[in-house]
Amino acid sequence: MRHTIAALVENKPGVLARVAGLFRRRGFNIESLAVGITEKETISRMTIVVAGDDRTIEQVTKQLNKLIDVIKVSDISSNAVERELALIKVSTTMQNRGEIIEIANIFRARIVDVARDSFIIEITGDEEKVNAFINLMRQYGIKEVARTGKIAMQRGNKALE
Amino acid sequence: MRGADAIVKALEKEGVKHIFGIPGGAIIEVYDALFDSGIRHILTRHEQAAVHAADGYARATGKVGVAFATSGPGATNTVTGIATAYMDSSPVVVLTGQVPTSLVGNDAFQEADISGITMPITKHNYLVTDPKDLLRTIKEAFQIAPSGRPGPVLIDLPKDVTIADVEFNYPEKVELPGYKPKYHGHPRQIKRAGEMIMKAERPVILAGGGVVISNASQELTKLAETIPAYVITSLMGKGAIPETHPLSLGFAGMHGAKYANYALQESDLIIAVGIRFSDRTTGRVSDFAPDAKIIHIDIDPAEIGKNVNVDLPIVGDAKLVLKELIKHIKYRKRKEWEEKIEKWRKMYPLKYRKDGGLKPQYIIEKIWELFPDAIITTEVGQNQMWAAQYFKVRRPRQFITSGGLGTMGFGFPASVGIKTAFPDKVVIDIAGDGSFLMNIQELATCVDFGVDVKVFVLNNMFLGMVRQWQELFYDERYSATCLKCKDMSFEKIAEGFGAVGMTVEKPSEVEDALKEAIEIDAPVVIDFRVERLENVYPMVPAGGALHEMIDKEV
Repeated sequence: MRHTIAALVENKPGVLARVAGLFRRRGFNIESLAVGITEKETISRMTIVVAGDDRTIEQVTKQLNKLIDVIKVSDISSNAVERELALIKVSTTMQNRGEIIEIANIFRARIVDVARDSFIIEITGDEEKVNAFINLMRQYGIKEVARTGKIAMQRGNKALE
Repeated sequence: MRGADAIVKALEKEGVKHIFGIPGGAIIEVYDALFDSGIRHILTRHEQAAVHAADGYARATGKVGVAFATSGPGATNTVTGIATAYMDSSPVVVLTGQVPTSLVGNDAFQEADISGITMPITKHNYLVTDPKDLLRTIKEAFQIAPSGRPGPVLIDLPKDVTIADVEFNYPEKVELPGYKPKYHGHPRQIKRAGEMIMKAERPVILAGGGVVISNASQELTKLAETIPAYVITSLMGKGAIPETHPLSLGFAGMHGAKYANYALQESDLIIAVGIRFSDRTTGRVSDFAPDAKIIHIDIDPAEIGKNVNVDLPIVGDAKLVLKELIKHIKYRKRKEWEEKIEKWRKMYPLKYRKDGGLKPQYIIEKIWELFPDAIITTEVGQNQMWAAQYFKVRRPRQFITSGGLGTMGFGFPASVGIKTAFPDKVVIDIAGDGSFLMNIQELATCVDFGVDVKVFVLNNMFLGMVRQWQELFYDERYSATCLKCKDMSFEKIAEGFGAVGMTVEKPSEVEDALKEAIEIDAPVVIDFRVERLENVYPMVPAGGALHEMIDKEV
């Protein structure tokens, strides 16, 4: 089972290494990890997607909590808004450009760069949507994909702090 | 004020009286500042030993132990020491020199990324890059190391930071938003634990190193007497209850007494306190205490449910939780259970063949008889297990051993640290010949600083525990375990360092030699030429269940 874990951490050098090292050492598998600054510049937020049974996830949260630089850890796998952003560079020809633009529109993706033989398309959404779009683009020839990894936030008034 | 002077002043403010270490180019400024300080510096002969000494000091006193090392190899030499302290939750602060910040990352001379290297083996660590952060960092380290579940903290100090001018404003306390250890157990959980205990017919207490660390042995003993319940410890828990107490069953696990292991296996309730259920204590975990419910009291929430499933967790400090828990208990004798355990105790005592040559177990028994109040350190392997079996510990912090990491070479330098803290106590390292060789250079430290520790080497000229495994499980194929060296003499080695050496070959000489060694006002090494093929019994083979012990007929 995959879980999404959000962690507030001190915005200090070495924190990412501590978290990544912890996952490696304890044999937890990171599927994706996204880090960015929060509304307070001294605090960053990490969104970590990790696979494992309940016992593993419990250990992950507890071990993360033990790190001095980690301020708060929360499993936000359910009832959360989840988003990922991807940039996809796809090959184009004169013939298929229109078709690609149409598909992009259906997915509410945006073409952010146009070259003679390629587009860069920006898409945001949950993981499934991004996957579906990437799969559709395969037929045209994908040159490059960059994904941010998932970020997530629990719905409702409650905030992680 | 120079950074280095501020560091030393901060250490003085923390009440540091002793530092163990070795200087070098990157930490030379700090040593220069130390020259004018009242703090006593013990110059060990290897940085690993410096950290073990600080660790031993910390375990014996309960205070933070401090070690210094220079950058590069000095720092990397501390790694085994730090990992040892980490596994046994010992509060040690290690300060290492580092190349100047302008050179960090350039592969400069004697540069090693020690904060990167020690990340997984420290409770926390720091690389100070801005002199403004220096004092706060030291305060944080001294706050983090001994609190909650204690552990080692390393501070890496680039040389320019130690030269820079800093204002000495040492904080009284610092706020750490990500670090809030929980000391008080949840009252409802404690109440429920009391109910479970009252219902149990075959309760046992399983005490670990956390009881010793939290100074909770009085409360633990009182809990045992109030229920009443027998107490079994892990190796690290030795001293949690006096082992001479009628309710003590000694330590359980791979080389625990049969009665201790049987009691655990047949119990219906385990009250586990400050213990992490290591594989050496539980045996095959799927067959561990099959009928028992488990109450787990620990200050580290991550230990709960890590190795065994727990029925009732209580996160908190052992001493505080036990104090509360006792209030919920009423004395109720469990006669049947008591009789069963006493029968096991009679049927399966720890034993060894007394005929033949010099037996290592006999030496430990004699040490215990003659010096029951001595502080004992051990190395790792057979010597450690015999010491654990035959030296009946009477108080916490009396038996100091590397339990988690199992570091050969720990006991001797640890004894140096302990003797430094307690110059008037008898401090004995029970050693094996293999382990002793791993930090034997510390004889120089002992002679240099008048640290009169006594090293009793159970010399079988083998890496004995590995040899035992090879004998029992590898068809006596003794691959690389024989240490026999023509004419090697620990007596002469000791004398070469300026210490006192003795050699003992006969059981009849043991008592006099031990007495003489303790009386001599100098570090003493006794080379006990023990029976080479003696094994540690009983034994749970690796991967076996606790009750599946092998024993030798005596």
